[in-house]
Amino acid sequence: MTELKQSMQIAHARLKKRRAAEARFKYFGVAALSFAFLCVATLFTNIISNGYSGFQQTYVEIDITFDEAVIDPSGQRDSAVIHSADYKALIKASMRNKFPDVSKRRELRDLYGFVSSGAIYELRDMVINDPSLIGKTQKIWVMASDEVDMLIKDVFKRSEPESTRPVSNQEISWIEAFEGEKRIEKRFNINFFQAGDSREPEQAGIRGALVGSALTMLVTLALSFPCGVMAAIYLEEFAPKNKFTYLVEVNINNLAAVPSIVFGLLGLAIFLNLFGMPRSAPVAGGVVLALMTLPTIIIASRAALKAVPPSIMEAAIGVGASKMQAVFHHQLPLAMPGILTGTIIGMAQALGETAPLLMIGMVAFIADVPGTPVDPATVLPVQVYLWADSPERAFVEKTSAAIMVLLAFLITMNALAVMLRKKLEKRW
Amino acid sequence: MQITIFISTVLLLTLMGYYMGRSRAVKAVNGNVPRLHSLPRHYGYYVAIWCGLPAFVVCFLWLSFETQIINSLILSGLSNVTSDLSSAAIARILSDIKFLAVNASGNSASNPEMVRAAERYNDLHQLGTAGLAISILVVAMLGLLFGRRAVTEKLKARNIVEKAIGYVLLASSIVAILTTIGIVASLLFEAIRFFGMVSFTDFLFGLQWSPQIALREDQVASQGSFGAVPIFAGTMLISFIAMCVAVPVGLMSAIYMSEYATPRVRALGKPVLEILAGVPTVVYGFFAALVVAPTIRNFGDSLGIEVASESALAAGLVMGVMIIPFVSSLSDDVIRAVPQSLRDGSYALGGTKSETVINVVFPAALPGIVGAVMLAVSRAIGETMIVVMAAGLSANLTANPLHAVTTATVQMVTLLVGDQEFDSPKTLAAFALGLVLFCVTLCLNVIALRVVAKYREKYD
Repeated sequence: MTELKQSMQIAHARLKKRRAAEARFKYFGVAALSFAFLCVATLFTNIISNGYSGFQQTYVEIDITFDEAVIDPSGQRDSAVIHSADYKALIKASMRNKFPDVSKRRELRDLYGFVSSGAIYELRDMVINDPSLIGKTQKIWVMASDEVDMLIKDVFKRSEPESTRPVSNQEISWIEAFEGEKRIEKRFNINFFQAGDSREPEQAGIRGALVGSALTMLVTLALSFPCGVMAAIYLEEFAPKNKFTYLVEVNINNLAAVPSIVFGLLGLAIFLNLFGMPRSAPVAGGVVLALMTLPTIIIASRAALKAVPPSIMEAAIGVGASKMQAVFHHQLPLAMPGILTGTIIGMAQALGETAPLLMIGMVAFIADVPGTPVDPATVLPVQVYLWADSPERAFVEKTSAAIMVLLAFLITMNALAVMLRKKLEKRW
Repeated sequence: MQITIFISTVLLLTLMGYYMGRSRAVKAVNGNVPRLHSLPRHYGYYVAIWCGLPAFVVCFLWLSFETQIINSLILSGLSNVTSDLSSAAIARILSDIKFLAVNASGNSASNPEMVRAAERYNDLHQLGTAGLAISILVVAMLGLLFGRRAVTEKLKARNIVEKAIGYVLLASSIVAILTTIGIVASLLFEAIRFFGMVSFTDFLFGLQWSPQIALREDQVASQGSFGAVPIFAGTMLISFIAMCVAVPVGLMSAIYMSEYATPRVRALGKPVLEILAGVPTVVYGFFAALVVAPTIRNFGDSLGIEVASESALAAGLVMGVMIIPFVSSLSDDVIRAVPQSLRDGSYALGGTKSETVINVVFPAALPGIVGAVMLAVSRAIGETMIVVMAAGLSANLTANPLHAVTTATVQMVTLLVGDQEFDSPKTLAAFALGLVLFCVTLCLNVIALRVVAKYREKYD
């Protein structure tokens, strides 16, 4: 009797242990999954909290006297003279007028650096568009410098001691003077979407990178989509089952796993050095990315073609179509949603790719917006990389804002792919 | 853009060819279409192919080799270019000439021979463009005429067109092979040049990596040293840290998702992991450099441990997070491929779910999981942006994850970004590293794909 009791107890104890082990194992799973969730959440909150302020920019209103003696001393309204006039002097004069008690050299330099160095181009364009401004005094909103911008956005804290803060107490007193008159405010940063790259954070924009990305993607799509689909059709429908076909298939699977930077080396050695393609140009980048996305598109297209039931092909051949006609008139259109889904996913990968483009020189500082695929350009992810390397604090929010734009594109593309799959794909 | 004009002209001619072929076919049978061997549009395609294909081939070949032909012609006309000049010097001369050619009015101070060469360059360039235009037009017109003449009632246009399309399809699938050949050839070619300057054993087994070559010959370390062991060690250290994160988390989430999770959790979990997979690596790199590395350093400081600001730990951790979805989706596939009957057998013997997973499902899925992990390792070794942004540049031979180490990909990027001279071992070293990287990842992939494929067959 006691023996039975004992063994029951042992069994109970063991059962308890086993149940505990079971619960523990389950919690490991929950913990792993929560860790992944946490990573996504941290990543996104971090990027968004750093980046949302990048879509805003601080502007200050200053009184500018368009002094004829500075802009056009001869009074002939010669456009070349107006174009090359010293607009910086106008800003300096305006700032001196506003804060007359500043006299030390260092302080004056800080004062002149209060507004963005890009403001002079704004003034110049105003005068060129309307020469009648010369001689008048106007209130004009101009961009503030990045340090003022950072302080207004509370990235540089006013409560910090002056020694650790990049903005001096005096500059804060100027900002407060502007604030008292409500002549400093944050606005939507339209410049961020209209300007090319710049060394000055407040003037830097992603227009150049966006256009560069668009041109690169265009080249990539134009090459990889037809080539990938045709290769898939060949391998799925026409290829004889021999050693060569097997070699091609193995090859494609391996290419899909080759590190992307190796494609960059290929582009550098073959396309740039051997074929003499222009450096830093979207056409070279597009070709390299096309080769990189090709395996993705081929694999997705083959799966889509395979999913079309053979009965459709057989019916077409039964009523007299040739195999080529059956494939191109029936199988391919039916497989198109799947093919397009795969293509969009491949393009999304290509859009986020950075490493191979560094190899072919798309990492240069380019302020101009590219016009054609052979102009030097950069792309969005490379712009992120370039800005991330910049020491100015204001570039952190620019980088995060650019990442937000990039992620928005990627999410849109992936959502489109999912929608396409749900809407158009047939279940046979 | 001259090329656009050429291409659109050829396209226009091709379109013309299509209509001409069609109408000629219909005319050949006096409108009695059923008497034709093929549909009228096949005759159109036939003529269009004759017109467009040769012209495009000519255009493509020309564009591929134009630069080299012109360069060699220019160089052969220069007196100061001799065979003993380095390729970098030649490249400099060429770029000078091209600069002069674009800025024709440029400074008069430059060497008159260079100015002449620049003029010659302009002439050759114009000649080449004109030649290309004429040859394309001639080839297209000849093709058009030939194709049009060949159109008769008996012509088996459809068969010929389909055969041609078949060849185009074949050519597309060969692009993949050409890519591989291109990769191998470019890596091998440059790597062999590198090993001509630095011995193979020094590269593979040397312990000192300092590729910066001094400007003057007599300076210390003017040779640079190319011992890649610290780089391989750094790559392995970072990959190992990444695997320590990715394998347990990826595997456990895969097990949880396939064995425990309710459909609702699954429906939520899959997209989250996919988001993790879809984030560009440059974003991870930014995150690692801006958030993770400083956090780890501050944490280390608070414990009194010195942590490098570009520690291997930060790069490895973030890389691990990047690879989680890779491991989890592959192992999810493998775990789901384990037949239900095996699980049922275990349950019938009284096994709990975790015992079933550990003792039955996991061993059955092990080969596939090993394959998945190998693929993940190859992904980690080849990953570039995270380590470029968050790992160090100097090659330290250390196993301490708190120190800064460098990886093969980081070195490739630093050696190749910026000015390049294609005859210095410094630049060529990047290709040697690339070759090693390519070989290692290829081996891992081939073995992993084999393992996975074999395993799949077992339960099919």
